[in-house]
Amino acid sequence: MKMSKTGTYFWQGNEACAEGAIIAGCRFFAGYPITPASEIAEHMARRLPQVGGITIQMEDEIASICAIIGASWTGNKAMTATSGPGFSLMQESIGYAFMTETPCVIVDVQRAGPSTGQATKCGQGDVMQSRWGTHGDYSAIVLSPNSVQEMFTLTVRAFNLAEKYRTPVILLADEIIAHMREQITVPPLKSIEIINRKKPEDGEKAFFGLEEVPPMPAVGEGFNVAVTGSTHNEYGIRFTADPTVHRRLVERLNNKIQNHVDEIADFESYNIDNCRIGIVSYGCTSRAVYEAVENAEKRGIKIGYIRLKTVWPFPEGTVKKLAETAEKIVVPEMNLKQIFYEVERAANGLAKIIPLNKIGGGELITPEELLAKVEEAEKND
Amino acid sequence: MTETFSVRKYLRDLKLPFCPGCGLFTVMNSFLKAVHESDHKNLSKFVFCSGIGCSAWIPSPYFIADSIHTPHGRSIPVATGIKLLRPDLNVVVFGGDGDIVGIGLSHFIHAARRNLDVLVIMVNNMVYGMTGGQVAPTTPFGTKTTTTPYGSFEQPLDATRLAVTAGACYSTRWTTAHPNELKDSIKKAIKMQGFRFIEVVSQCPTAFGRKAVFKDAGEMLKWFKQNSIPIQQAKQMSGEELVNKIVIGVFIRRKRPSLIKAIYGTIEEMQKNCRTRLK
Repeated sequence: MKMSKTGTYFWQGNEACAEGAIIAGCRFFAGYPITPASEIAEHMARRLPQVGGITIQMEDEIASICAIIGASWTGNKAMTATSGPGFSLMQESIGYAFMTETPCVIVDVQRAGPSTGQATKCGQGDVMQSRWGTHGDYSAIVLSPNSVQEMFTLTVRAFNLAEKYRTPVILLADEIIAHMREQITVPPLKSIEIINRKKPEDGEKAFFGLEEVPPMPAVGEGFNVAVTGSTHNEYGIRFTADPTVHRRLVERLNNKIQNHVDEIADFESYNIDNCRIGIVSYGCTSRAVYEAVENAEKRGIKIGYIRLKTVWPFPEGTVKKLAETAEKIVVPEMNLKQIFYEVERAANGLAKIIPLNKIGGGELITPEELLAKVEEAEKND
Repeated sequence: MTETFSVRKYLRDLKLPFCPGCGLFTVMNSFLKAVHESDHKNLSKFVFCSGIGCSAWIPSPYFIADSIHTPHGRSIPVATGIKLLRPDLNVVVFGGDGDIVGIGLSHFIHAARRNLDVLVIMVNNMVYGMTGGQVAPTTPFGTKTTTTPYGSFEQPLDATRLAVTAGACYSTRWTTAHPNELKDSIKKAIKMQGFRFIEVVSQCPTAFGRKAVFKDAGEMLKWFKQNSIPIQQAKQMSGEELVNKIVIGVFIRRKRPSLIKAIYGTIEEMQKNCRTRLK
């Protein structure tokens, strides 16, 4: 009736995301129907009231993200879920959540864009939107699950990072991971790390500075907190012309993420210090990598890979290490080159970066297509 | 109530940003007076949400209270998230006409439809004041603004009437020339549940008055007084007679199941049913 019990389940990705959120402590969900993310809202609508939470369907995605921002300021954990078009509508308020240091989780189940595109088909075209979608100088934390299990674990991690760094965190899923069903294990609840935001002591007043991640009060606790998306000092008072206040605030907001890239940027890697060909992948596309690598090795190719579990911040150092060893790096993506340029930038000429792109109809890059690209790279010098 | 009223008690020690002659001083004063007369010694039982525009600066950050200064037009959705999880707090939204019924119009209608338990106070200066006086959805037909230099060619929106249609429990309009009536309405509204809407037609001598050829704030207040028609009287008048008139008074006061009651009631019912099934 309450939490999902420890055990093995056969869940859909969206369902695993919702259950992960509940275990992470999410007690408020606001959303607007959109394929392929609607199941998260449906599941939350059924489940949240069972654990004392609330789900509300808002009039649009802008209202949805604003409602979760309000909910977060009551001291609760909150989430919304959408897909590309709705994600675009949320961008202004994602920047607001960043500026006001409001922890919240935004799930973007990617589909094939631009615009309405192919609404029911998979794509990975929102990678750059998830990093640069809002205006102004900001840093994003964006996680990329590649299995139903990770829809669960990375949703929990998204909440933990949001609470720890007091910032919005994006779970950048995709239609394939969100809609497929797989076996998933819910570990013993006690073994799951849950991080909660730091609360202020009585009499504390600086909720927007002094510390790298300041303590966060909730409304109704007597702290008289003034929250604003305008440039503000450490006490929340608007300073809309002072250059120092703006610099200090915006630099701190970015630094609190950029100074912790090693802790935030998570990835899976294999044989990266002993390979001639490397692969950098993420999300659904990375599922073709395992079989392709196995078959490449059977053919005697020295191969390794990095699979990004965090696309932003980008694990630049690790990709550079791969580029120091590998002569060539293949980057498969279901878009027209987005992470490709990031890999190229990190490699800085140390390795040749080879794109493998496929869009339309939700067709995955197959292990065979990836292997063919690897073999081609191996042959041509 | 023996303590004498002073706005200072509720305000941070900061210089207010409003222009001389601005109607927002009146609105702020009426609101705080209503709070004082409602026996709130401070604002600890309130949360304020406001968007972008001069009116949003009434609570943020000047009130010694929790205040959330949201993106433009989004004060009502932020208030929704707060109220649903803290039903015990009085959630009050302040906003201008551009914020509430321009960019934020759909949230306004949906909040009234849902009967969300918030009080929305919309200061209608009939113009986008902060950005320099552009035409608003509330600008009277024919008025010159910086973006309608030959006169506005659009019909204005009647927000108070719209709130009634959308489902508000309480909807009323006053002007800054009616500070006592305004204060009394706020007092009533604070105590009510469901969606409550108060529109205050207000003078913006800087951005509206300048282009619409009013000499000063006093002239505008005089114009408000002369052109305000009580709603009972307006019912006897034709549409033509009411052009460029400000209909004031209580448009509706009714009971409807509020969102908080409905949502918590539904959850309670669900939990009861689950318990019964488990037996």
